[in-house]
Amino acid sequence: MTNYHLQENLAVSDSGFLFHASTGETFTVNETGKTIIKLLQQKKEKDEIFSQLVNEFDIEAGLLEKDYEDFINQLKNFSLIEVK
Amino acid sequence: MTKKRYERPVISKHYSGLMNKYGGRQMTPPKTHLDGIAVKELTEKFGSPLFVMSEKQIRNNQQNANRIFKNRYPKVQFAWSYKTNYLDAVCSVFHQENSWAEVVSSFEYEKAKKLGVKGEHIIFNGPDKSSEALLHAIKDTAKIHIDHFDELYEIKKITETEKLKAKVAIRINMDVGVYPKWDRFGFNLENGEAWQAIQRIASNKNLQLIGLHSHIGTYMMSAEAYRLAAQKLSLLAKSIKTDLGIAIEYLDLGGGFASHNTLLGQYLPAEQIVPTFEQFADAIASGIFSASFKTEELPLLILETGRALVDDAGFLLSTVLANKRLADQRRAIIIDAGVNILFTSFWYKHKITPAQESGMHSEDVTLYGPLCMNIDCVRESIVLPPLNKGDRLVIEYVGAYDMTQWMQFIQMRPNVVMIMEDGTVELIRKSENLEYLLDREILPVKFKKSSKQSKTKH
Ligand SMILES: Cc1ncc(COP(=O)(O)O)c(C=O)c1O
Repeated sequence: MTNYHLQENLAVSDSGFLFHASTGETFTVNETGKTIIKLLQQKKEKDEIFSQLVNEFDIEAGLLEKDYEDFINQLKNFSLIEVK
Repeated sequence: MTKKRYERPVISKHYSGLMNKYGGRQMTPPKTHLDGIAVKELTEKFGSPLFVMSEKQIRNNQQNANRIFKNRYPKVQFAWSYKTNYLDAVCSVFHQENSWAEVVSSFEYEKAKKLGVKGEHIIFNGPDKSSEALLHAIKDTAKIHIDHFDELYEIKKITETEKLKAKVAIRINMDVGVYPKWDRFGFNLENGEAWQAIQRIASNKNLQLIGLHSHIGTYMMSAEAYRLAAQKLSLLAKSIKTDLGIAIEYLDLGGGFASHNTLLGQYLPAEQIVPTFEQFADAIASGIFSASFKTEELPLLILETGRALVDDAGFLLSTVLANKRLADQRRAIIIDAGVNILFTSFWYKHKITPAQESGMHSEDVTLYGPLCMNIDCVRESIVLPPLNKGDRLVIEYVGAYDMTQWMQFIQMRPNVVMIMEDGTVELIRKSENLEYLLDREILPVKFKKSSKQSKTKH
């Protein structure tokens, strides 16, 4: 089980515009970032997220780990993720 | 179904007022090709990092400069400033475009001669010319530009003992409203030193004063400074004619025109603030015309333009080695080209462009080179799209000084290729290897491990 979860009240548009309704903050995410956020919103686990990314993008699962962890850290930095 | 290109996931926050700085659309399209050749193909064949010179761009630049100056002044001669880029292939293109050679050391002099430049088409500048080099140059009837009195007396001595005549010019420094003033080279105009040197030359039967030279600085952003320099040299030439009866054959205004590289700390891009070749040419021509020479007495105008003719003909291709985050969460990218081969990153904000398609997102990153030294920072801050390990970057405007001031330090110097006008690619300088390095080293015998010792050891 993941020990973190995405904040509620997040809206992400198809163009990658991200709005955090509780704080009024806005962000931009790229295509891969948007896909991950959407999957996190659906409460998907890491391995499900990875297999989805591998299906959609030209990348091997083995190479995803580092980038994924880095992205989660960025989300934590912006307080978009809560650590349980 | 084809899969989408993978890009590292990134998120950036919008701060009011800065909406477009990061996270916005990438402004410049990728630079996938140079002169029609794929960057990918070049690095696959010749390795990375890789310097690439464009023959076409050099020729365009020189032809353009010739045309612009000749449209404004009747007699113009360019002399290629060797120190700016003295790779044989590069010098050869300039010589084919009718440029003479401007050299500042014995080895540059020899290089020019090996390339077939006639002595009389070599301008020998600089404060360090050995007696042997001077003798050689005098015999070749090269144009020797005297830098200081010790050199003047040395030439005098050589011509007396060898019973030779020398063709000389003097380098002059003067106030043209540019600070700091470059007064360490040549003779000062305002304090009378230049006139003293001229008189000594004029009174010596072995020395023929044929020219006046100045090089007011480098990366000059003021065309007006050149107008003043041209005017001052012209008025001096006229006084020499009137007072000493010597007709000066040429005025050499040196180099120094700024290229389109933007300086660190300069806010506006260089294209918007650097004078054009037309403006420099207008200024110089009007400076000379203002001295009202008789038409038949107009001196030849020599230019030793360096960086402005070659900067944009050089590219450095580099590959992303790693992505990392600094302690304060800033993003850093390590590339395989360090400051040892990109010396100009200490002065310039080079244009750096990805060589492959990327998404619309971009972020502020620090670019580090591969050297295990803190100094190896290629750029403190630059906005780039997310890059993956193995992605390539094109660093632009590196044709001037990088391939001469580079050094082997931790990493060797890489291959240099030239894309020819006909679309072929030629290797013009081979990358260095350990063998090349050790070729110059000598290990004292007592440190050498005999084969016997190494046998007992293992
Ligand atoms: C005497 C002389 N001529 C020409 C040049 C070329 O200058 P630039 O590359 O700024 O045009 C230099 C460089 O400093 C120089 O010292």
